Amino acid sequence: MATTTTTAPALRRKRLRERLRTLGFLSPWLVGFTVFFGYPLVATVYFSFMHYNQIKAPTFVGLRNWRYVLEQMPLFGPALWNTLWLVVVMVALRVVFGLGIGLLITKIKSGAGFFRTAFYLPYLAPPVAATVAFVFLLNPGTGPVNDMLGKVGIDAPNWFNDPAWAKPSLVLLSLWGIGDLMVIFMAALLDVPKEQYEAAELDGAGAFTKFRYVTWPSITPIVMFAVVTGVVQTMQYYTQALVAGKLASGVSIGPGTVIEPGYPDHSTLTVPQLVYSLGFQNFNTGAACVLSLVLFAIAMAVTTLLMRRRAGLLSADD
Amino acid sequence: MTTTTLSAPSAPVRPASRRSPAPAARRKAVLHWIAVHAVAVAAALFFVLPFVFVFLTSVMSDSQAMSGELWPDGWHWSNYAEVFNTPGFLDWWRNSLIYAGLGTAFTLISSLPVAYALAKFRFRGRRTAMILVISTMMLPPQVVVVPMYLVWAQQFHLSGSLWPLIIPMAFGDAYSIFLLRQFLLTIPREYLESAKVDGCGELRTLLRIIVPMAKPGIAAVALFQFFYCWNDYFGPQIYAAQNPGAWTLSYGLESFKSAHSVNWNLTMAATLLVMAPVIIVFFFAQKAFVEGVTLTGVKG
Repeated sequence: MATTTTTAPALRRKRLRERLRTLGFLSPWLVGFTVFFGYPLVATVYFSFMHYNQIKAPTFVGLRNWRYVLEQMPLFGPALWNTLWLVVVMVALRVVFGLGIGLLITKIKSGAGFFRTAFYLPYLAPPVAATVAFVFLLNPGTGPVNDMLGKVGIDAPNWFNDPAWAKPSLVLLSLWGIGDLMVIFMAALLDVPKEQYEAAELDGAGAFTKFRYVTWPSITPIVMFAVVTGVVQTMQYYTQALVAGKLASGVSIGPGTVIEPGYPDHSTLTVPQLVYSLGFQNFNTGAACVLSLVLFAIAMAVTTLLMRRRAGLLSADD
Repeated sequence: MTTTTLSAPSAPVRPASRRSPAPAARRKAVLHWIAVHAVAVAAALFFVLPFVFVFLTSVMSDSQAMSGELWPDGWHWSNYAEVFNTPGFLDWWRNSLIYAGLGTAFTLISSLPVAYALAKFRFRGRRTAMILVISTMMLPPQVVVVPMYLVWAQQFHLSGSLWPLIIPMAFGDAYSIFLLRQFLLTIPREYLESAKVDGCGELRTLLRIIVPMAKPGIAAVALFQFFYCWNDYFGPQIYAAQNPGAWTLSYGLESFKSAHSVNWNLTMAATLLVMAPVIIVFFFAQKAFVEGVTLTGVKG
């Protein structure tokens, strides 16, 4: 090889060249990270101390936006509560249901291909389309679900039109799109060594014991991963809640019409919706930025959890 | 369709007949089979029936769609023509394709070199860079949207278009970088060493050696990004809301319902037309897709 000269200046030149090369490869992201993440994050902090209606120049107001959002704003409480409710209930049920469907898939012997496709397909439905479909299906007046329930004599709830049922309806919608978790759990379940099941069977273990002592220990990392990414996704939960609330309210909305978010009774209002509502409908830039930072703080706390090795995103040699 | 779906192997059938088991054990196995498949059929109904109802409603007459009946009296295929003739619908279709197409292309071109550097180069700060990539990937898009919007609207006067969504994709997308890197890690280092011995520069190694080997991973990331753009509602709502000429299908669909508030049949036809491309793409690219989903979680 020609380049193995080991004189000091040559070595330094080589190091410099390597560093420049690395920098070159990373440059798209370095620019993107600075411009589309670093800058707006700093600007969000700046605006959180400003009064700014996006027309007149911003003026410094100290902690007023912070006090307004955290102490006075009536919608902050419901939005935070709804987001936390969804994070706990939706993620828990999705993981349990996804694991159940994953287990079911591994046990199906006839028509497995058909069932896998059928279970997976709803995950692909665009969120807006899926939400529109569910608002129609669960529509109390003319929807087919309540029609059928009525025929068998069940007093059906008003789903998206009832404050108590709106969030459970969103959970139902999220369970319909379980395909992503199904595939992940299916792969994890098929990775459990067969010999361990056989050994457990020889010891006379029943189905539950086998799950508890053979399956579970082997799939815990994937369950952890599903929980953490589920929490992250649900904190961003926006589109389905917004579209369901808007459509169920039945208000015809022309462009630019402002409607109270979170129909019915703020029961589907999430923190991201409130950010949008404050920043882009009320033009209260300061309050929107305060709320963004609250969301950021929660997200960072969860992400720190993710960085631990158990969630499997970073490996030991990173 | 039934045999080639999702690539994971099904659980092996126990060779029950070889040892001719006791009748009791045999009965137990049959009952088990029936129980599993009964649950599977019930689950399949839960997943498939919504599609069926949406489809059946989409071909009903206007008045029947309001009635709560399940089976259409007549097959009104003209509903689909009417959806296509809705002013703006074809524009939304075109805008979705531009957003998803350009967005995917930009993302791949800009993310691949970054992923390659993070997977194969050794340098100081690599772990920090990884942590920053994962952090941005996990961050709700709403966190930085207000100042970003102000920049695009006030400095560049680009609100009312999809460019504020497409342009940033030319500067690396955290999720794609992460997925591509996970995939590139599985390519043995020896291939790179031998390419270097042959006198390939890093860029040529990437293009000539890595890209052909990483095709499945690249395909999966491309699909994810395409679907992300196709499904995106928040982005178009922020930047394109004021200008119906820039709406995408995902964004326009909701206003379609508002405009046809009583015509559930037309809304369901439009809904299926928004779902269709994604599902068609899926049937052509199942393997890449499932590979991608698995990549996100299992290869930690």
